[in-house]
Amino acid sequence: MTISIDPQKTNNESLQPKGWLRYFSFSLDHKVIGIQYLVCGFLFYLIGGTLASAIRIELASPMSDFMPRDVYNQVLTLHGTIMIFLWIVPVVNGAFGNYLIPFYVGARDMAFPRLNAVAFWLIPPSGLMLVASYFVEGAAQAGWTAYPPLSITTPQSGQIIWILSVLLLGGSSIFGGINFIATIIKLRRPGLKLMQLPMYCWAMLGTSLLVVLSTPVLAGTLILLSFDIIANTGFFNPVLGGNVVVYQHLFWFYSHPAVYIMVLPAFGLVSEILPVHARKPLFGYTTMVFSIMGIVVLGLVVWAHHMFTSGTPPWMRLFFTIATAFIAVPTGIKFFNWVATLWGGKISINSAMLFSCGFIINFVFGGITGVALAQVPFDIHVHDTYFVVAHFHYIVYGGTVFIIFSSIYHWFPKVTGKMLNEKLGILHFIITFIGFNLCFAPQHWLGLNGMPRRVAEYDPQFQFVNQISSLGALLMAISTIPFLINVFLSVRNGKNAGDNPWNALTPEWLTSSPPPVENWEGEAPLVEEPYGYGKEISEQK
Amino acid sequence: MLNKNIYLILIISLVFAISFWIGFNVNLLPAEASINAPIYDELFKILFITGLIIFIGMTIAVIYSLFKFRKRNDQIGDGIALEGNLSLEIVWTIIPSIIVLLIGLYSYNIYDRMGGMKELNHNHEMMSSNSEKIWAGISQTSDNEIAINNLSIEVSAMQFAFLFNYPKGNFISGELHVPVDQKVSMKMESKDVIHAFWVPEFRIKQDIIPGQPTILNFTPTKVGKYPIICAELCGPYHGGMRASIIVEEESDYNEWFNKNKKPEVNL
Amino acid sequence: MTTLDSSKEIQKNNSEVNETHEDFRMFGLITFLIADGMTFAGFFAAYLTYKAVNPLPDGAIYELELPIPTLNTILLLVSSATFHKAGKALLKDKNSDSQKWLFFTALLGIIFLICQLFEYFHLPFGLTDNLFASTFYALTGFHGLHVTLGTLMILIIAWQSRINGGRLTSQNMFPLEAVELYWHFVDGIWIVLFIILYLL
Ligand code: HEA
Ligand code: HEA
Ligand code: CUA
Ligand SMILES: [Cu+2]
Repeated sequence: MTISIDPQKTNNESLQPKGWLRYFSFSLDHKVIGIQYLVCGFLFYLIGGTLASAIRIELASPMSDFMPRDVYNQVLTLHGTIMIFLWIVPVVNGAFGNYLIPFYVGARDMAFPRLNAVAFWLIPPSGLMLVASYFVEGAAQAGWTAYPPLSITTPQSGQIIWILSVLLLGGSSIFGGINFIATIIKLRRPGLKLMQLPMYCWAMLGTSLLVVLSTPVLAGTLILLSFDIIANTGFFNPVLGGNVVVYQHLFWFYSHPAVYIMVLPAFGLVSEILPVHARKPLFGYTTMVFSIMGIVVLGLVVWAHHMFTSGTPPWMRLFFTIATAFIAVPTGIKFFNWVATLWGGKISINSAMLFSCGFIINFVFGGITGVALAQVPFDIHVHDTYFVVAHFHYIVYGGTVFIIFSSIYHWFPKVTGKMLNEKLGILHFIITFIGFNLCFAPQHWLGLNGMPRRVAEYDPQFQFVNQISSLGALLMAISTIPFLINVFLSVRNGKNAGDNPWNALTPEWLTSSPPPVENWEGEAPLVEEPYGYGKEISEQK
Repeated sequence: MLNKNIYLILIISLVFAISFWIGFNVNLLPAEASINAPIYDELFKILFITGLIIFIGMTIAVIYSLFKFRKRNDQIGDGIALEGNLSLEIVWTIIPSIIVLLIGLYSYNIYDRMGGMKELNHNHEMMSSNSEKIWAGISQTSDNEIAINNLSIEVSAMQFAFLFNYPKGNFISGELHVPVDQKVSMKMESKDVIHAFWVPEFRIKQDIIPGQPTILNFTPTKVGKYPIICAELCGPYHGGMRASIIVEEESDYNEWFNKNKKPEVNL
Repeated sequence: MTTLDSSKEIQKNNSEVNETHEDFRMFGLITFLIADGMTFAGFFAAYLTYKAVNPLPDGAIYELELPIPTLNTILLLVSSATFHKAGKALLKDKNSDSQKWLFFTALLGIIFLICQLFEYFHLPFGLTDNLFASTFYALTGFHGLHVTLGTLMILIIAWQSRINGGRLTSQNMFPLEAVELYWHFVDGIWIVLFIILYLL
């Protein structure tokens, strides 16, 4: 059935507030929603980062002296939850997805604009609720994994609010996922084939599949957990005959795919950024597509590698070892392709490029420690230690956050029509890169030598290394300053960017910067070769 | 062309050499104090070296491209329009697959040598009533061996302490004493939430899950005092939940044991 | 659920219509149902694991009788058929027939819920008695919630298919088709649930 009415033309322009006020309204414009996601996410990043700073201050001395022990647990729980559910996931999916996907498929908006706005507006209240729970009876304090029976026995209000807000955020994520799948598959401009889509579309398609298949399981699990807490059932309460390992399986069935939900979009973004600044086509488009799908499939069957020291039978440990380690293959393909994209290019060394290259280096490091962790006998020693903390910060911070910054440098001219200051950008990169490695590299050693994670007090022999790590965290905090200054200065009086400052070929650059409300004046261009650098291409208009 | 290949080979051998050198000379691990530890460290060395080769290789490739292919001021236009290369793609699919497979097989072998593949998760006469389901951590013994082992210790973990019950001596201790070079098997139970038993110097760790008694075996090889660390978040004092394991010569151990031993009370 | 929201968008006729495209609201709904199905899959997986791993504690009662759930299965199967009839009738512009079938379907749904409640009150165990009891209530309760929502939506579309002034016509089948798909989905889940909970 076809309908002859255009659902893309949904934004009743006259009703929407104009100017900056529209960013505070229930706007249906995908670009406004994208920016709302980004700014909201960044504010939560500052909160999460402040909490991280509190963690690092506490850990600068081996005693528990900076804050009470249970507050420490609340801080680390909130830090993990906020960073994952309110910063990384909404930003790499929601912000960039909403901003870019409609351009990439040649549409005027997302498939379901209203659902889109609903998905965004679920986020601020649940985030605020989460932060506010600290002031009730104390926030949740069972870690972001909320393992029962601990999560059942800690003060109830915090844990229940935590569950509620994670449920809302999960719902937001599912709505977003449905929207992305429908937009990419169904809303493509006529004539645009799937294999001509920019790589970020594929990444978002894979991510959204993971969201749709795994997030509901988390929702179900948390509902059961909340029953245990408020209705006194015994699903995960061993005293009442329940089984705590079942919780772990269900939780990781979501939360392992969740790590790819956090990183696949970043893979997509870097695939957009590198070709533009290296002036070369993306190397190995087809294999990149297959490797994304390979990661999606493998990502769904490796969850138990978080449970090697829980009660899992040996055959299961082995299966999950092999399956997990094999993710290195499709991921490796992507990395080799990116390096090949750089090879022989004419690379402009600017902030976007530097952050992308920093991403490659950091992620490879984090990925390699990941493959090591996947080996059962190795993991048994380092599970739940700072080695794991180092592993995933290398990936989530060194990987995804680096790409978020890279993307901001890359798309800022698109969104505002102004350039960011390159000098400040490079300064930002240098401090971030040094601070990051200083903070997290020493943590590998801590983990190997006997420092468990989630502790407020530790063996004094680790003090020196922990202080180095805290120093790194301080540098990371400082590094946000040039970035913020840069953004504020540039929004007000940055250099004018023109429509296409990077001479990029992907569709979002083929309209004015900032783009008009419905993305294109007239028909959307058909971009058959979004990466056609260095080729004689006929005018793409 | 030939020249280029020579450089490539040179760089690759250099990367290998550096990685091996670091792998063999930089020690990142604590002392080895159980028979698990040297096996573990062997695996670690292999993983470390492989990882370094890949990491250093990739880093060099990225930094080299940034320098070599950076855009000079006088340059305009694009790079070469190279979109893919099938044989390259095949190479970098197959090589990582092989590496991953070899590492997997190797770590299976390590795991087996540590005793991890022995099925223990079924009912078990000496230590459990019939309805209990027993899980096994990494172990080096079979069921029968445990049944006849003298050194069976019952560990109970609770917020926020470990208690060690020596059934043979009928006493409970807050420190774990074991004789050197003998197989120890422990049955661990948790009274409240999940804890984990970790001795870094032994390279063993096992979660202690409430409602699920768990067996863990180890053989210490070096006399000394090592920390036992709880490695699973279990509440505010999780960081303080530590105990010590004291590995001593058999005679010292016996002395300690006899001192604490309580006479069997038969009622 | 909210997935259907965009239907409103499409109705909002914009003056400068110049592009056409496929209707993808159904596609969105299917995606949503897959997600919803995964929630159930999680519950089922938990239940089956409990069955396999956790023995029923001594003295605990967990007995299910077959008659009511069998009746319920039949009710839902019939209701799926009557819903289908409603759609057929609407397609032929027989709005009042369609409305009748819809009300009948809703009635079946309500009877299902009543039977379910009846079963709840006569079971020898309560929510917190033991692990299986809790899982039983969680699963059937979550499913019952879906039936309740479905019944409400059926009543709404039944109201909308009235002859004069109703939104639902043979030209605008989407609301009916969407609810129908949802209803079949709930029906299908019940059958899986029936097999896993009652027959296994
Ligand atoms: C974005 C997030 C993200 C990503 C992408 C990954 C990616 C990977 N992770 Fe990580 N992981 C986390 C976030 C992430 N992880 C978090 C948050 C935790 C802790 C959760 C908690 O307990 O709180 C965790 C924990 C964690 C564990 C559990 C540790 C423990 O608790 O004991 C394991 C174990 O297997 C693991 C493995 C892996 C592997 C194998 C990959 C692979 O996907 C990596 C693949 C990439 C590469 C390998 C690099 C590129 C490849 C090449 C250059 C090719 C050549 C390489 C080889 C041949 C090796 N991770
Ligand atoms: C997903 C993303 C993510 C990100 C980006 C980060 C970022 C950081 N993390 Fe995070 N971390 C997690 C996810 C993340 N983390 C998770 C999932 C856990 C596990 C939780 C658990 O165990 O349950 C964890 C746990 C964790 C621990 C272990 C705690 C423990 O186990 O006891 C530590 C310790 O060093 C740490 C440190 C840091 C630091 C220093 C940063 C830094 O990179 C942060 C840098 C940013 C800033 C410093 C912000 C700058 C701003 C300010 C300083 C304030 C200015 C304020 C205003 C202007 C209002 N993190
Ligand atoms: Cu016990 Cu941590
Ligand atoms: Cu994982």
